[in-house]
Formats: sequence, C-alpha cells, structure tokens
Amino acid sequence: MKRLIPFLFPLLGLLASPSSSGQTPPRAEQFTLSNGMTLIVKPDRRAPTAVHMLWVRVGAMDEVDGSSGVAHVLEHMMFKGTPSLKPGEFSRRVAALGGRENAFTTLDYTGFYQQIPAARLPDVMKLEADRFAHNQWSDEEFRKELEVVKEERRMRTDDNPRAQLFEVLNATTFMESSYRRPVVGWMSDLDAMTPADARAFYRRWYTPANAVVVVAGDVDVAQVRQWAQRYYGRITAHAVPSRKPRTEPPQLGLRRLEFKAPAEQAYVALAFRVPGLQSLNVAVPGDEDALALTVLAAVLDGYSGARLERALTQSADRVADSAGASNGLLGRGPQLFVLDGVPAQGKTPAQVEAALREQVARVAREGVSEAELQRVKTQWVASEVYKLDSVFNQARELGSYWVQGLPLDAGERLIERLRAVTAEQVRAVAAKYFGDDQLTVAVLLPQPLDRSRPPRALPAGARH
Amino acid sequence: MFTIKNIAIRVLVPGVTALFQMSSAWSGIPIQHWQQASGAAVYLVESQAIPMVDVQIDFDAGSRRDPPAQAGLAAVMAAMTAKGVRAVGNDALLDENALSEAWADLGASFGASADNDRLSFSLRSLTYPDLLPRAVALAARQLAEPSFPPDVWLRERERLKAALREANTRPATLAGRAFAQAVYGTHPYGYEMTEATLARIEVADMQALHARMVLPCHAKVNIVGAVTRAQADALASQLLARLPVAAPGAACPALPPVAEVAPLSAAVEQRIPFKSAQAHVLIGQPGYKRSDPDFFPLLVGNYILGGGGFVSRLTSEVREKRGLSYSVYSYFAPGLHAGAFTLGLQTRPDQADQAVQVSRAVVARFVAEGPTAAELQAAKDNLIGGFALRLDSNRKLLDNVANISWNNLPLDYLDHWTQRVARITQADIKAAFARKLQPEKMVTVIVGASP
Repeated sequence: MKRLIPFLFPLLGLLASPSSSGQTPPRAEQFTLSNGMTLIVKPDRRAPTAVHMLWVRVGAMDEVDGSSGVAHVLEHMMFKGTPSLKPGEFSRRVAALGGRENAFTTLDYTGFYQQIPAARLPDVMKLEADRFAHNQWSDEEFRKELEVVKEERRMRTDDNPRAQLFEVLNATTFMESSYRRPVVGWMSDLDAMTPADARAFYRRWYTPANAVVVVAGDVDVAQVRQWAQRYYGRITAHAVPSRKPRTEPPQLGLRRLEFKAPAEQAYVALAFRVPGLQSLNVAVPGDEDALALTVLAAVLDGYSGARLERALTQSADRVADSAGASNGLLGRGPQLFVLDGVPAQGKTPAQVEAALREQVARVAREGVSEAELQRVKTQWVASEVYKLDSVFNQARELGSYWVQGLPLDAGERLIERLRAVTAEQVRAVAAKYFGDDQLTVAVLLPQPLDRSRPPRALPAGARH
Repeated sequence: MFTIKNIAIRVLVPGVTALFQMSSAWSGIPIQHWQQASGAAVYLVESQAIPMVDVQIDFDAGSRRDPPAQAGLAAVMAAMTAKGVRAVGNDALLDENALSEAWADLGASFGASADNDRLSFSLRSLTYPDLLPRAVALAARQLAEPSFPPDVWLRERERLKAALREANTRPATLAGRAFAQAVYGTHPYGYEMTEATLARIEVADMQALHARMVLPCHAKVNIVGAVTRAQADALASQLLARLPVAAPGAACPALPPVAEVAPLSAAVEQRIPFKSAQAHVLIGQPGYKRSDPDFFPLLVGNYILGGGGFVSRLTSEVREKRGLSYSVYSYFAPGLHAGAFTLGLQTRPDQADQAVQVSRAVVARFVAEGPTAAELQAAKDNLIGGFALRLDSNRKLLDNVANISWNNLPLDYLDHWTQRVARITQADIKAAFARKLQPEKMVTVIVGASP
C-alpha cells in the first residue's frame, strides 16, 4: 500500500463488476437473518475454496476522545477467546482447517476473515459467530495484547515520518469529525486504555443489525443461508446505538502545517475538502462532482506517464522525484482530494506545491482530452475483468459497499457512472474545488539523523 | 490507516480457475510443456473461465550475475525496459510516455523485474481478439527492442540515489544491509545497490546485459489463462520473435557458474546505535538451495517454527505470551544458492535484548528437539488442508508454474505435494534442521536497542 490512510484512496472496489464479456458470473445475493444481521453470498465455483468475512459497521470514527484506538484494540482481542475457546485457540482451529485468517480496522469499519477449503465453511461460520456473540478474555490477556498494539503503532507510525505527517494532517484538517484521530490511536490513549473500554465498545457495537457476513467462493447460496441462520441468526440482538453526526463544518481558510522528522527527502501533501459519493439510488447534490473528481485524479495520476508524472518528474530540471493524486470518493466521513509529491534534489516543497496546483489549474483552464478520458475509462473496464481473478477481493468489495450503505451492485453502477463523466465535468470540478479556503497543506521538513542521541523517553505505562 | 492484526501473514489474493471441477479429489493441475524451435521452453495451464491471460518469461539473468562494482545492474536494466522502444522497420520509436499510454489504452500491462536469480518479464492482457494480438506485439517490441534512452537513465539514476539516501534514514534498511553483508559475505546474494554502484552503471552496460542474456534459447515462458495450447504456442513465438535468433544448429551460449554461499565459521553479533521508536532485530545464517532434498521437512518445520502466522512457536513465545512484538517471523529463501534463513522482529528499544534472548532460545530448542507430534499434525492439517488456497487464482497458478519451470521440478509436482508433506516425520524435521541450522554460529543484527 502506498500510504497507510485508506480514506485518502479511491476505496476498494471502485472498479469491480462482472465483465461485459458475455461470461456472466453468478450474482451476489443478499438476505436479512431473523435477528437483523445481513448475509451476502457470491458464488464463484471455479476453485474448491471460499472466503468468509464478518464486517462490523464500526471503526475508529465511532470512538470518542480519550479512547482512540479502541476499535482496533478490540479487533485484536477478538482473537483472545470466548467461554468455550481459550486465547489463541481460534487461530489454532482455523489453521487446523487449512485456513488463513486475519482482520482489519479502518476509520469506517472492522472486519475479520478466513480463507478456507470450501468444505470447511460451516466450521469457520460457527467459530466466527461464537466470538461475535461471546468474545471474552482476561485482563491479563488484554494487557499483553495492548503492548503488541503499541508495537504496531511504533512500527507503522512512530518510525515512519510520512505516516506521522498524515496523522498531523488529518488532525489539522478535521476538527469536529472523528476522522481527525488515527485508527491505531494516540499513544497516550493506548497507555490509558482499560479492559473495560474494549469490553464496553464490544457490547455497544457488536450487534447483529450492525454487521454483515460475506461469503464468496465455491458455495451453494441456499446452503450458506441455512448455516448463517443457524450460527448467526440466533445471536441475541440489541438496537444499533444512535450515532452523533459530528459533521465537519466548512473549512474557511487555508491551513498550513510543518512536521519535522529525521529524513533525507522533504515531502508535501495538499488535502482539499471535497464531497464524497452519498448514494447510487437517488440524486444527491455533490455526487456528480465526487465522481468527476475521481476521474480527475485518474487523469492526473491514473497510469504511468499521466499528467503529474510527466509535468513534475520527467524533465532535466524536474521539480519532483514523485507526484501523486487521489480522491476519497467513498467513506462514512468527510472526503479529501489529496495531491502529494517528493521534491527533487535542490527543489523546495513550495515549488512542488505550486507545480501540483498548476496541473489542476491547467485542467480548469484547458480541460482534458477525449483520449485521456477514454484511457482512464478503458483501464477501469479492463480491471473489471482482472478483478474476477480474486474471490477475496470480490468479497471485500461487497463488504465495503455494505458498510457505506450502498447496494449489492454498487461496483457495476459505479463504473457505469464513472464512464458517463464528461470532459466538461472534469474541467468544472478542477475549477471548483481547488481554491485556498478548503485546503490544508502539510510539509515534512527533514531533520538530520542523530544516531548518538539517547532513545526517546519510554511511554508511561511501559511494561516489563 | 488500514491496520491488520499481523503483517507477517501475506494476504495473498485468492481467485479462480476452471481447473477444479472435482472438489477434493485432486487429479492434478494439467501443466502442458513443450520446447520451441528457438529453444524457448513453454509451460501452460489453460484457465478458460476469465477472458484474460498472464505470461511470465524468466531468464537466468538476475542480480546474482551483477558485477560487484555495478550491483543493481539487472534491476535497473529491467526497470529501464519500460522507458521506451526503438524504431525498427516500420515501427516508429515510442518514448516512455507513448509506451505507457499504449499500454493504458490496451487495458494491459507489461513490465520487467529482477530478483537474486531471475530476470522476469510479465504480461497481463485481456484475451479479446481485438486486444490480445496488439498487446503481444507491443510486449514483443518492449522485450527485444528497449531504447534505454541515456537522458532518462541519468534522471532515473538521480531518483534512485535520492530514494537510497532516504531509505538510509530508516532502521530497517540499516538492519537489512548489515545482515546481508554478515550472512552472505562476498556472495552476490549480499550485493547492495548503492550510489557508488549506480554511478558506475551506464546505458551501454544495460544494452550489453540485455543483448547477452535476453535470448529465446534461455527463456522459460509460463502462461496461465484463456488460451489453447495452439494459441499459447503462437503467443510465445510472437513474444520472442523480435529477439536475435541463434544460427541453425548453434548451441545456446553457456552461462558461467556462480559461486556458492559460504557457511559461517562463527557467530557474529552487530549492535548498531540508532534513535528510533523500535529496535530492529535480524537473526540468521545461510540456508539451503531450492534443489536441496531437505526442502519438504524444512518447509513444514519452518511453518511450525516461525512461518505459520498466529500459531508458530515464535509468535507464541515473543508476541502472544510476552507482548514483545507486533510482527515476528522466520523464513528460508531457497534459490539457486543457499538463500538466508532469517528470523526478524521489531520491538521497543529497551526490550530488544529480551526479545533476542527469547528468539534464540526458541530456535535453539527447535533445532535440538524438533517439533512435537501435535505441532507436526497441526502443520500438516494446515498445509495439506489448505493446499487448494495455493492454487485458486490465475496469479497463484502462474507463480506455481514458474516455480516448476525455473527449478526444473516435475510437471506433476503439485499432484504429489500433499503426499510429500504427509510423509514428513518429526525425525525428518529434526534431522533437516540439524543439517541446515547452527544456532551457535548465527548472525545477530540489532539496530537501535537501548541498554
């Protein structure tokens, strides 16, 4: 992954949908179990394997101040047992079934998955339903795993200047929205986290109506539905708690930040507030713009030698060693369009910033060519076919669309909508969203490496 | 931030083929193999379900053949093949942007890369009749007639140098370098591309390497996708058609042998000061060659020791019981030479010594005692039970076919894979590890530990 912050990407599955090649794979089907849990099944019978995923519509954005990181800590604790499974036993059982497993947490959702021989599907459904309903562990297990999570934070963020920069950028761009907090949590919040915090978060959000089971692979839909009702459908439900909107107010003026870290290369990221896609069913103001912004990102940076690379990184007097653009498009929270770049030797972040903005301004002035537009659309159409090679990705897309409240055929419909975007729409959004007032600029200022300095002070609560 | 529970588990993407009509009774992955008149060896798995094809062409021109003063030559030559193609006959020159636009317009991709052993060219295309022939024609040009433009190389060299300088500010880079130098000594597996070696690489070196090594008679062409054998044969011929042809009857030029990795004579411990949030630890030694008869016991044994995700001994002792690290793993890297056995972890600086001590004890005990019966059974359950997950996409099939062709494994290798695993005993693993690992003579690199 290029960067560690998913809501800065066009999300998973932007491009998914069955091909128009005449070979129509079986469609996904969606059901509601008797307790309100959702089930999605996508048969793909070309190999005797299956993937089973459980998605909960709760992520770091559902946390509150002081307990950042708890959604992700809970994800780790879900591997630590139930009344009938000792810590680590879940993973041992999945391994014994021939399976591979993992889990993931983002701002928007938490997910768990197993890839298994198809015949083992009911076994993992039973295991997953058990921990969804009865996750249970000791305070001592929590304390150990919390240390593991802190190591994860040190590895992904604290020793990674650009990841740290994005942490600061998000914290600066968003004030009211909980997108301002890092998924992994602030270290101080991890230090202060208690077993009760994780248990309360679990009880509050892990309820059937807030979750979807996604199964893809060599399976029979009716059979899966039966198993799902048996294992998941009987789990006691409570209502999904109401969520405070925490709507990010409009940004009224440029924000600029600097971040210093030991590094050799400077780096600059420009985050513009833009509309996200709200619905594929009804016309929502801003949705057409969200789609056009995604096409704009592809025209700027969607293939080797696209506009940014060509303009910023190729000439002898190039301003940047790399340059990129991405549009958020989908997410439960506010979306950003991000331009970024690494200054070439002898060039400054300010020069890169100006060059990036000039490329957008050029689109606003001159528009984009039909050839460019067609090129990015061709790539999307081709990738619809390539994506069929991965059952895992098909399941992942279905889960992520459900999290966003999008319909089962969101992948196809998104591609259709993107293909309908015109050159004039792309020009219009380039002219509309890239002023100063909705912009936050983050600059990484490289600091010399000092290897003789003593290590940083240990965090409070360090364990021995 | 997209956090996952354990990065040591590669989330490989599963997928699809039409091969598995039978559910559990594996009557085999049908790999077809033949040799073309040019000397090229073709390996095919037909997978008709999706209208796409993947091709990987391998040459024995990986970085193990780099001159020491020009470490990185194979890798940069591979990367530079994407920077334009020459004008030949009626085909006009394409600069880097014209070339990348052409690929984007086809909805296809083609690229080259080099690892220790292999120089690989990879094509992915739809198989629609209006697209595939154009993709193959363009790939053939890029494979045979890269222009290696000197101005682009000067630019790319500067970008690479800047990226190297940036990487040198990261503790993981320093740890990896020290480890490779200590484990491999002067063997090419330990060569490192640096600003100095890049400065010695010129376009003429790339052209010479390309002309010497990228020959049809050296090519292993692996194909997986919606093509018949006849189509695959034509596809392989067309891909290689613009490369120089050997004179009729002439032998394929022999390639010089490369020395083997020397065993370590004594333990080495390097402590490198660094200010970072985590210390980086690497422990290991030369491992074994892919052709080693101990391959299967070592495969199964390392699953138990440090390869099996959340259920390995290392994960259990270092992470689950003590909370010392987010990621801890071990792996072998068998190639044409004895790639390293590597144990790696990151931990808070003040915990580094404890983590090293625990890890060393786990390895020493495993080598001395081997696995328990329960561990071996659990490993077999996972490896055998999950065998289908190694083959359930075109991408994974391609990796397997390329493995078979590169290492000259029998075509029915996959058919017997689970049986080979099933036959492994505790004693086999213990004996194989005792032959391959010497815990008392390993390299330990610790970057950024605090006292």
